[in-house]
Amino acid sequence: MKKISKIIGASVLTFGCLMALPAKTLAAEVPSTINWTIPFGVGGGTDVWARFIAPNLTKNISGNPTVVIKNQPGGGSITGTNLFYKRAKGNGEDILGTSASTLFPFMLGDQRVRYNFDKWIPLMASPTGGVVYIQPEFGVSSADDIAKLDGVTLPFGSQSPTGLELPVFLAFEMLDLDIKPVFGMKSRGAGRLAFERGEAKIDFQTSSAYMNSVVDLVQNNKAVPLFSLGILNNEGNIVRDPAFPDLPTFEEVYAKKFGKAPSGMEYKAYRKFLAAGFAFQKVIFIPADTPSDIISEYQKGIQKMLKDPAFIKDSKVQIGPYQNVMGIDAAQYLNDAITVSPEMYSWISNWLKTKFDYNL
Amino acid sequence: MIEFLSALDQIMSVAHLAYLITGVLVGLVVGIIPGLGGIAGMSLLLPFLYGMEPSVGLGMLMGLVAVIPTGDTFTSVLMGIPGSSSSQATVMDGFPLAKKGQAARALSAAFLSSMIGGVVGAIVLSVFILVARPIVLAFSSAELFMLTLLGLSVVAALSGANVFKGLAACGFGLLIGAIGGAPATGEFRFTLGIDYLYDGVPLVVVGLGIFALPEIISLLVQNRAIASSPNKLGHGLKQGFKDVFANLPLVGKSSVFGSLIGAIPGLGGSVVDWMTYSFAINSSKDTSQFGKGEIRGVIAPESANNACASGSMIPTILFGVPGSGSAAVFLGGMLLLGIQPGVSMISTHLDLTYTIIWSLALANILGAMFCILFTRPISLLTYIKFSVLTPIILTLILFAAYQATRSLGDFLLLGVVAAIGVMMKGANWPRPAFLIGFVLSSGAENYFFQSIQFYGYSWFTRPGVIIIAALIIVGFVLPPILKKKKLKEKPEQLKDENEDTHVKTVSWADWAIIATLAISGTYALIDIWDSSTLTKAFPIIAIAIVLLSVIMVIRGYIKEPHKKIAASLTPNLVYILGFFVIAYCYYLFGFISTTFVFSLLFLRFIAAATYVKSTTIAVCLVIFLVTIGKVMNVDFPEGIFDPYLLGTINRFI
Repeated sequence: MKKISKIIGASVLTFGCLMALPAKTLAAEVPSTINWTIPFGVGGGTDVWARFIAPNLTKNISGNPTVVIKNQPGGGSITGTNLFYKRAKGNGEDILGTSASTLFPFMLGDQRVRYNFDKWIPLMASPTGGVVYIQPEFGVSSADDIAKLDGVTLPFGSQSPTGLELPVFLAFEMLDLDIKPVFGMKSRGAGRLAFERGEAKIDFQTSSAYMNSVVDLVQNNKAVPLFSLGILNNEGNIVRDPAFPDLPTFEEVYAKKFGKAPSGMEYKAYRKFLAAGFAFQKVIFIPADTPSDIISEYQKGIQKMLKDPAFIKDSKVQIGPYQNVMGIDAAQYLNDAITVSPEMYSWISNWLKTKFDYNL
Repeated sequence: MIEFLSALDQIMSVAHLAYLITGVLVGLVVGIIPGLGGIAGMSLLLPFLYGMEPSVGLGMLMGLVAVIPTGDTFTSVLMGIPGSSSSQATVMDGFPLAKKGQAARALSAAFLSSMIGGVVGAIVLSVFILVARPIVLAFSSAELFMLTLLGLSVVAALSGANVFKGLAACGFGLLIGAIGGAPATGEFRFTLGIDYLYDGVPLVVVGLGIFALPEIISLLVQNRAIASSPNKLGHGLKQGFKDVFANLPLVGKSSVFGSLIGAIPGLGGSVVDWMTYSFAINSSKDTSQFGKGEIRGVIAPESANNACASGSMIPTILFGVPGSGSAAVFLGGMLLLGIQPGVSMISTHLDLTYTIIWSLALANILGAMFCILFTRPISLLTYIKFSVLTPIILTLILFAAYQATRSLGDFLLLGVVAAIGVMMKGANWPRPAFLIGFVLSSGAENYFFQSIQFYGYSWFTRPGVIIIAALIIVGFVLPPILKKKKLKEKPEQLKDENEDTHVKTVSWADWAIIATLAISGTYALIDIWDSSTLTKAFPIIAIAIVLLSVIMVIRGYIKEPHKKIAASLTPNLVYILGFFVIAYCYYLFGFISTTFVFSLLFLRFIAAATYVKSTTIAVCLVIFLVTIGKVMNVDFPEGIFDPYLLGTINRFI
């Protein structure tokens, strides 16, 4: 009797274990270590953004995984992103952080790009805005006086024709400003330094850089803000940037100067690159073949993070007062933002060629 | 003033000191291991950094950033590998001193001058930061271009007897530096369609290839210990201190110069050591020992590079534009601590700024003290037979090179540059001239283009431009005049010396270099011919320099009779071939597993060490790599075997 009960007990135990085993493996967990590839060097904008978010991910994703940031600089983010495309494992261990300079070369068909966005799902996107400002010497006190700039040549320190400044160049052109681009600035910060030296007459900075370094100049009458790029709202319209509610958007300035709303292929291209470069400036991607319950764990964690008051408070300082986008919305909008029609592509490549003598 | 003292009070707190020392220790380790820069250091400190009290966190970061140019001296002097780009000039005389058995002397002199340089830098910083803003803003692209020319003008001093060889090497450096995207247009040049080259050639790889590998190969060919005269170690330490005190004016000038150059954003720490090195040559009465183990050649760059690290804090703090690689790391750290650089660092955060400066001074002192403490035991390394050290050094070099872009390209390029380096070394072509050209290439092109764009052709009438131009001319004209004067005073002594250097020889290695230069120059010319003007303007200048200098060199060979000698480089080149094979194995089979197998076999069968010794060293290397990979989050080529190996190791821990 004793023996039988022992056998039964053992069988039950074994059976139980066998049942429990697959159950345990089915409920996939986020791995204890997450490798977050950042295709930029340490201390750059995307790196600082990632390092700000990483501990918050740890805090909010179940199991509190360690997030290790792997910097893979080179090729203006192309090198690292290519490697991620080739190597990343779809088991939740690998995620990627990108910036505008990851999306633009893809959209422009850069021959070095080996990645595609079909293998990845965006988990979260951090938007940013930007402000254009000029030297006070032209007697322009706001965008209302923009007509005074007609016929004035404005040197502008830029990184490259296909960098983050691409939509800004389009905006300048639509406003009929005579911009003389000076390329080869190592960063937007170097461009600002050229402005502070008085070499550049017009400049542009993203929101956080503007708040940290240009607001002081404005207060000391060393710079005059003209307009902001605005942000995309949920309906897909461009509205005033919550960080700069007093500044008109490009669209407002254009309407005031020309008495009509901007339109045509030039404006379409502007919208496209504005969305890709600013609304989706920083994106966290995960390989699409990651098991769906791991992805949903990530999504839950990020949702929790975005609601965390401490995160909201800090991110205002670090990222700006913008709503991070996530989930299906992000995927849908991102897909729209990076799809360039053949028609637009040939327009853009032609524009780059005639304007900057740059061959795509 | 109150901020100045309250900041002092702040850094003397136990917590601050403890974190500062942590930063210093990490910084030293990071400096000693070549190839690790601030990135590895940051990733090590970061877990502590986040959410830390800003002033304490700044102290720790500063400890790290300040001592990287102190720790890297060990590898520069003892192994001939530049620990980081700011110690490349130290290798020039530091390594020959180590070969003479005076490693301890070179090291102690280096550390003491590092310390003085760092402290002088901190003093300059504390005064300068209050008034620096308008001065830094006065350096426009035109003045920056002139500064790169000033940097290039040191090539003359570094070229030795044959100026045309120096010019050719420098032009070649400029050309290699132009590989990748053109700054003015973004068009790609000389990429040969290879992805690796699109981004340009990494400095670490060029530095290691042109200096470290050729030295190591020639030592391996000789197969003896690095140092041959051990008896001199005894009083080396004290001698080093005495050397520094005997050259205090040089230390002072180099430090001030270093901190000022560091303060100018865009010039970077990788030239300041060469500039002070050439300054040391020009200001010395007897220049015959430079490159063969002249202590002044160690003192000058070492004072300058620590001072430069301090100076580069000025643009970082004031403008948020980092003046150097490590300053970029520091900037990232500041942002993580929630401190925004900018004018507010002087207006509202002056106390924090002074915390940075005090920490900087203290870190330099502590870092140098720690290093001096270990100088003697560590310099004993040079008395070990070289073949025993080879696997360790080779691992370090491959490790360092791989951190540049983490691809097989790093290894291949290293081998190619090393082959050129071996020939240049064998035929006495000035390798520093090549490196200077390379380092300054992108800056020279960029600033030239920008100043013309911003100012048209009136840029050379700017007062700053004229002043720097005058400096360059003085630098060229003065030394020959002084020498002539000296020749008149003491003709005998100098004549002897002249005759010594005037034994003119030519070997096949010379011709090989000439062929390399001529072919690459011609190829580059064809490659770039159809590009837009802005893309090709600068490369064509570089190509012209290369081709014309090559012609002048050949003309020299024809005009004056040269003794034909056979350069005995064959074994060296065989080692280069071997290097390619080994490097590919490292990539194919996995870095860690190949390190183990290669070290074991090499030590046992080539160095003829015992099995016990070979295994111990191989195991230690593996432990070192695994630890560093884990702790500092560093990548290795995985290859075929490493995943299994690491899996097994992980199971045991």
